[in-house]
Amino acid sequence: MNDTKTVEPKKEFDKNLFWKAVYAVTLVCVCLGFYWATTQTDYIWRWNRIPKYFYYIDDVNVTAEIEGEVTSITKKDDDSVVIVSDGTDSEHYTIPGSDLMVDVGQTVYMGDTIGTYSEGRMGLLVEGTIITIEVSIVSIIFGILIGLLTGLSRISTNPFLKMSAITYIEIIRGTPLLVQIMIWYFVLGTIINNLLSKAGLFQIPELWFGIASLAIFAGAYVAEIVRAGIQSIHKGQMEAARSLGMTKTMAMIKIILPQAFKRILPPLAGQFISLIKDSSLLGVIAIRELTKATREAVTTSLMPYELWFVCGVLYLVITFTLSMFVQYLERRTAEA
Amino acid sequence: MIDVKNVHKTFFVPHEVQALHDVSYHINPGEVVVVIGPSGSGKSTFLRCLNRLEKADSGHIMIDGVDILDSKTNINKVRMEVGMVFQSFNLFPHLTVLENVTVGQTSVRKRGKKESAEKAMTLLNKVGIHAKANNFPAQLSGGQMQRVAIARALAMDPKVMLFDEPTSALDPEMVGEVLDVMKALAKEGMTMVVVTHEMGFAREVADQVVFMDEGKIVEVGTPEHFFTDPQHDRTKLFLSQIL
Repeated sequence: MNDTKTVEPKKEFDKNLFWKAVYAVTLVCVCLGFYWATTQTDYIWRWNRIPKYFYYIDDVNVTAEIEGEVTSITKKDDDSVVIVSDGTDSEHYTIPGSDLMVDVGQTVYMGDTIGTYSEGRMGLLVEGTIITIEVSIVSIIFGILIGLLTGLSRISTNPFLKMSAITYIEIIRGTPLLVQIMIWYFVLGTIINNLLSKAGLFQIPELWFGIASLAIFAGAYVAEIVRAGIQSIHKGQMEAARSLGMTKTMAMIKIILPQAFKRILPPLAGQFISLIKDSSLLGVIAIRELTKATREAVTTSLMPYELWFVCGVLYLVITFTLSMFVQYLERRTAEA
Repeated sequence: MIDVKNVHKTFFVPHEVQALHDVSYHINPGEVVVVIGPSGSGKSTFLRCLNRLEKADSGHIMIDGVDILDSKTNINKVRMEVGMVFQSFNLFPHLTVLENVTVGQTSVRKRGKKESAEKAMTLLNKVGIHAKANNFPAQLSGGQMQRVAIARALAMDPKVMLFDEPTSALDPEMVGEVLDVMKALAKEGMTMVVVTHEMGFAREVADQVVFMDEGKIVEVGTPEHFFTDPQHDRTKLFLSQIL
């Protein structure tokens, strides 16, 4: 017998692995359970109908706009050019492809189809996503500018700047965004466009009032983030910069803000993710962003389950991309 | 060089404290003045008043013939001539060591990039940190950081250097390297005002030692006189406690 037992290293039960497995199983169960529940409500899933909300082929009819005779049909590259003449005037119609309904010498009347072709088009959800992204990007850019100026005013020693900043921040943070959007559209929007039309100038589309409401809403929060970021920089930094003879502005630009930027990046990212989600409220003033587009699609297709899930996933894709981008920025600034 | 007359300064935050009470003092060019005193005696406030990081309530402070309390004075011009070194170094953490020393030259003195960098390297060489020129301050030891801070102040070609307890935040073994740089500076004839607790430095380098307590200058003298034959009871008590 061997006295010195070779002690088998007791296989450490991997607790983490176990709980990861539990997580995966739970996730699958929730999904299956949900699916089962939907079958109980007689819901028929039609995922196959979803792609057309992203991209679809549209048949376009080219119709005659005058009454007259087809005088010539020529081929130009892949297009067909049809010329219709009523004796005095003539019209050119260019139809991609060669699916024509007329021949030379035939008489056409106004509204007659001359030819048809198919064209790929963006679906409703893609259009909505693009508007959501556009609105968010423009609002974020203005939000940063407004927030930076307000944040600096907030810590200024000038009473006018300071009090203006506080008033703005308190009003915006103390009222619901939905109400602000309504005020921008129904009150300020009407007044501004009315004044513009009286002055004989252009009209501002509602999209810009939506952007204004989001940018000004985000600006108030960004201002507080900027203020906190600047105040978190040790006051010795300002003193050191001033002791070199820098002006306050120069010290702010060269010394304080670059340091503050690193610290405010994470809360700023959170704010912008909020802004993207908040843009879903713009549907109430007839801006067809992703949520409104989904609502329209649901109304016509009666597929709320699929469409709302897709809508949610699209928001996730946008916000996740943004947070990945910010993480990349954080890593880059951390190196410096 | 520096002429301080009847300066008063009261702080109201967090509570009312008279930090400086009728302080008058004169510093000649090339003089090294060491200010000592118990904490709360107003010695740091006195120093910070000299480049208006604290604005004195009343009195006159003349730096090289310019009254810095006059509202018409461009304080940034004066500060270019008055270098300052802080207890907590206050290096700019987002800039490299070299950039810390060039940023003032390029943005305030309006020197060219190349000229600033050359000047910075000469100074970093002088304080013995040229090898770390491209490191960030966080990668340096406390003593090295303080030496960079001295180089940063010197890069502006100041006529006066102010030191606000430059070794108080350092580990004991790093105090020597910073004091050595300051001693070399004093030998070159730089006008220096140093607030410190390093009595050895005061004894060795100071031309004048100023003892402050409760916002007033209690006693002034040469180091020999000061450390061997103090006149005031308060000075005697202070020295007996720290020596």
